[in-house]
Amino acid sequence: MNRKYLIWAICLIFFLSPLFLNAYWVDVLNNIGIYAILALSLNFILGDTGLFHMGHAAFFAVGAYTTAILNTMYHIPILFLIPFSGITAAIFAYLVARPIIHLRGDYLLIVTIGIVEIVRIALVNNIFGLTGGSNGIFGISRPHLFGLIIRRPTHFFYYIWIFLAVSVFLFHRLRNSRFGRALNYIKEDEVAAEGTGVDIAKYKLIAFVLGAFWAGMVGNIYASKMTIISPESFTFWESVIYFCIVILGGSGSITGVILGSFLLIGLPELFREFAQARMLVFGLAMIIMMIFRPQGILPPPPRKYNVDQIN
Amino acid sequence: MALLHLKNLTKYFGGLTAVDNVSFDVNEGSIVGLIGPNGAGKTTVFNLITGHYVPDQGEIIFNGQNLVKKPTHIIVSLGIARTFQTIRLFKELSVLENAMSGYHCRMKAGIFAGMFKPRWQKREERQAIEIALKELKFVGLDVDLNQKSKNLSYGNQRLLEIARALASSPKLIILDEPAGGMNDQETRELVELIRNIRDRGITVLLIEHDMSLVMDVCEYIVVLDNGKKIAHGAPEEVRENKKVIEAYLGLDEE
Amino acid sequence: MELFFQQLTNGLAIGGIYALIALGYTMVYGVLKLINFAHGDLFTLGAYIGFTLLTSMNLIGKIGPLPTLFLFGIIIMGLVGIAGIVLERIAYRPLRSADRLAAVVSALGASIVISNSIMLIYGARFLVYPHHILPNFTINLLGMKIPFMRIAMLLLSIILMIILYLFVQKTRIGTAIRATAIDHGAARLMGIDVNKIISVVFFIGPALGGAAGFMVGLYYGQLNFMMGWMYGLKAFIAAVIGGIGNIPGAMLGGLLLGVIEALGAAYISTSWKDAIAFFVLIIILIVRPTGILGERVADKI
Repeated sequence: MNRKYLIWAICLIFFLSPLFLNAYWVDVLNNIGIYAILALSLNFILGDTGLFHMGHAAFFAVGAYTTAILNTMYHIPILFLIPFSGITAAIFAYLVARPIIHLRGDYLLIVTIGIVEIVRIALVNNIFGLTGGSNGIFGISRPHLFGLIIRRPTHFFYYIWIFLAVSVFLFHRLRNSRFGRALNYIKEDEVAAEGTGVDIAKYKLIAFVLGAFWAGMVGNIYASKMTIISPESFTFWESVIYFCIVILGGSGSITGVILGSFLLIGLPELFREFAQARMLVFGLAMIIMMIFRPQGILPPPPRKYNVDQIN
Repeated sequence: MALLHLKNLTKYFGGLTAVDNVSFDVNEGSIVGLIGPNGAGKTTVFNLITGHYVPDQGEIIFNGQNLVKKPTHIIVSLGIARTFQTIRLFKELSVLENAMSGYHCRMKAGIFAGMFKPRWQKREERQAIEIALKELKFVGLDVDLNQKSKNLSYGNQRLLEIARALASSPKLIILDEPAGGMNDQETRELVELIRNIRDRGITVLLIEHDMSLVMDVCEYIVVLDNGKKIAHGAPEEVRENKKVIEAYLGLDEE
Repeated sequence: MELFFQQLTNGLAIGGIYALIALGYTMVYGVLKLINFAHGDLFTLGAYIGFTLLTSMNLIGKIGPLPTLFLFGIIIMGLVGIAGIVLERIAYRPLRSADRLAAVVSALGASIVISNSIMLIYGARFLVYPHHILPNFTINLLGMKIPFMRIAMLLLSIILMIILYLFVQKTRIGTAIRATAIDHGAARLMGIDVNKIISVVFFIGPALGGAAGFMVGLYYGQLNFMMGWMYGLKAFIAAVIGGIGNIPGAMLGGLLLGVIEALGAAYISTSWKDAIAFFVLIIILIVRPTGILGERVADKI
């Protein structure tokens, strides 16, 4: 019980933190939140299903550009575009993942790298004359919520972290359901999963589509937070960061992934003098972790079932 | 009437004919053994029935439906469950979850039901746990249900695989060397279990190397050698069959 | 027609580079079933060591340009090969029996470590090779002027590939490499020191990659600590196109990809050049996942 109070206390302090942090640090927390939701959405694919997907930034990009284009050209309010960005990213994910869904391991990895690179090159090349080339799109408006314009870092803090909290709530339930378990069956053993009646191609595809839907919605939040987006925010290396957050935090573990976001996005802010060596430390951490603790810092806890109630 | 009817089943791997024009019937409510020397094509026949491989020729009629080219998960939902020769449990998941996984194909909840948990979804979850507990009890697996399945003993892992298969409420269960790695005591209990499964009205098709088990439990035996069916019939007939003796003796000479 | 042949020769020259790098991927994949993501960065390392040698030692004046380059090439291959062995010892050997994903992540980590170490040592800006060292005349071939370097690069790649092919097919160590690629356990039973063979593979692959890095430095004259990433990816794609694990496949895939890319850039669009390789990859994986020369293996259940 003590542990539970402690967790609530930490959450409370965290939600009040913008009151005593300066704008810079609130913005750092906002970035952590954005990365956390992205990594959680990747977690369905990579952590729960065990698919080596390193192109998640592509779905994030599709969502962000959907919002940017529709908002700047047709002035559709940002909040309306949240589901729309998610759906566009989900459709995109469906179309690209469908032909490659049967690929395994390393092959899937390299193809997903290909997808994120193709998307980035398409954006740079100003595809369909909509994406603004390498300069990107600017002048994206802020979200309006009940007459309040979400503009300051503190506003975004609550906007992002409440979105994150709702996502975590839903993801947690999903993990403890038929769907969540089926993804784990696939991760553990594809042949056995198929042999117990799981339509593995369908479930893998749903994992992709669901992950992309969430990444697309985060794309909307990101676009309205930055008000300007360009292809360099959606490179392969972004995908690598989400990938590392999931793997180092703990594949399949919601708490682990959030912790991973704090460590990978927040920690470097504390050591800004060493910014140059930051990636070097990341790389070393990846090797060392894989040798000594491959399951990540906080691996997923076992699911709990109410067996006694039935007996 | 035959529950499962194989007709002229053939499968090539490159130049090798793994299964060569094999036909046999599995009658409803029977226990049928598929035997033969190593490499005779027994597991390949299983993989053809369960849809892991697609046959190059022939038909597989189950309960009046042709299974050829149907994906595995559909075949499972039609009522064929299996275990694997090399145990294939979900190692990192708990014993209970492994047993529940069999019931997956009888459940409906998708992502929305998973996220919003309507009442029917909760009922369904509860039912899955009930079925899993029932089947675990049925196979006689009395262990901590929350431990990871990889921590079970070999014999218990085999039992858990059977429980998982039974949880899908199959009409036909296919057991690939269920006694592999079991000691004598466990094997005796397995014979009992196989009979109990049949007594529930589930037809059993099994591959086994332990001849005493096969002769003891099976009512009908099909013998494969080099991908071909060389004999079939009741255990006594097969035991006396000259071709069968040759096939097994020939193996010994090598 | 002029454009076509210019692009064709250019594509073959770059394709030779891809093929050399692809050999490293394919050999490592053959023995360890691992994408050595750090391989591209070892290529970069080769290019940078070349830079250091060229700028710090003035041998050209003493023994002439070609002997100097030859000597430097040998030194680079040796040093990068040793780096490859060290890489395997630190980042891959402890993970040999671990999950595949763990090894892939470690490989990515190693890639980041190597490229960022290069950045910290040499700086993040582009470096330029001293450009007076090379004979930059052109050769008249069928009425077209083809730069000498282009032909030299292609020839050199092919020579290195033939040496490697003969080594793997004809020598005892080569046989041991092939045996190890098929089955570690069986190879060990036949008295093969699998660890030693893996070290040999991790010497040869990176040595060829380092040589490719040096050649790219000489051809384009420009270096960047991130350059190995794109070359590495494309070379890996080349290995997949040819059939991963297959040595002639890597050579064929490399040359093919180089030509497709060069012609695509010329006739479709330059700005989409980097995407072409990925499109080719996706098509290959959908149509023939085992690559052109790869053999189909049935999944064992």
